[in-house]
Amino acid sequence: MLTHEKKRGTMTVRLTGDLDHSTAGRIREELDELISDPGIRRLVFDLSGLTFMDSSGIGMMIGRYKAMMRRGGSIAVQPGNAQVDRLIELSGLYQIIEKLA
Amino acid sequence: MSIINEMKLDFLSCPANEAFARMVISAFILPLNPTLEQLGDIKTSVSEAVTNAVVHGYGEKKGTIRMRALLDDAGGLTVEVTDNGCGIRNIQQARQPFFTTMESAERSGMGFTVMESFMDDVEVHSEPGRGTTVRMSKQILAPCPAARRA
Ligand SMILES: Nc1ncnc2c1ncn2[C@@H]1O[C@H](COP(=O)(O)OP(=O)(O)OP(=O)(O)O)[C@@H](O)[C@H]1O
Ligand SMILES: [Mg+2]
Repeated sequence: MLTHEKKRGTMTVRLTGDLDHSTAGRIREELDELISDPGIRRLVFDLSGLTFMDSSGIGMMIGRYKAMMRRGGSIAVQPGNAQVDRLIELSGLYQIIEKLA
Repeated sequence: MSIINEMKLDFLSCPANEAFARMVISAFILPLNPTLEQLGDIKTSVSEAVTNAVVHGYGEKKGTIRMRALLDDAGGLTVEVTDNGCGIRNIQQARQPFFTTMESAERSGMGFTVMESFMDDVEVHSEPGRGTTVRMSKQILAPCPAARRA
């Protein structure tokens, strides 16, 4: 599930439930729709409501990272539970995406 | 060391069964009282192996995925995920971090790296055209002397 909040140029998306191969495709489509407005300069992933994530989520986030970079924008992530956090750490994503406190 | 419990489950390679396999493995190991971290590691690794069987092994086709799990009396878990799909030509290359044959589908090539980091041991057996078995193991309980004697 995905809910979103837009404040000026920042789109914050809050993901809940499991982010895996079976859910990533739909979330990707919704996200691309949400950030299609070029006025959006910053994308924030709020993962605090995720119950599970695997590498399908990593691929989805890297894809959105590339999209935001292409327009000179920025991206940040609000970490989720310990399992999600360890996975993102392992993938090296925190080296390219800002981790919010 | 002897086996104290074993399960086998066959299911169709549909994406919905990725979550199903995670639930089954969680239920299977619950009696051992795993830590949240161990449970997370095992669920994630099973999810990676099953997803690989669905998206790479079978792809557009549907086939059967088998998950087999064993618990031994030293508190060790072994999980095998098998498909009869396309197989892997170069296993060593497939296991490299960030190696993927599906970049267009936004795969990151991290699945095997996740399994290797979150489990104690990962073996991959594969034959092109015949299928793939991923065998992973992880110690859940510290081995206790009484169990070792038994
Ligand atoms: N069961 C399988 N059958 C056939 N090929 C496989 C199988 N599992 C893995 N592979 C091959 O190994 C490669 C690496 O797998 P790995 O899980 O590490 O990355 P990925 O699945 O491509 O991406 P990610 O897991 O990050 O979404 C795959 O791209 C695929 O070519
Ligand atoms: Mg994979």
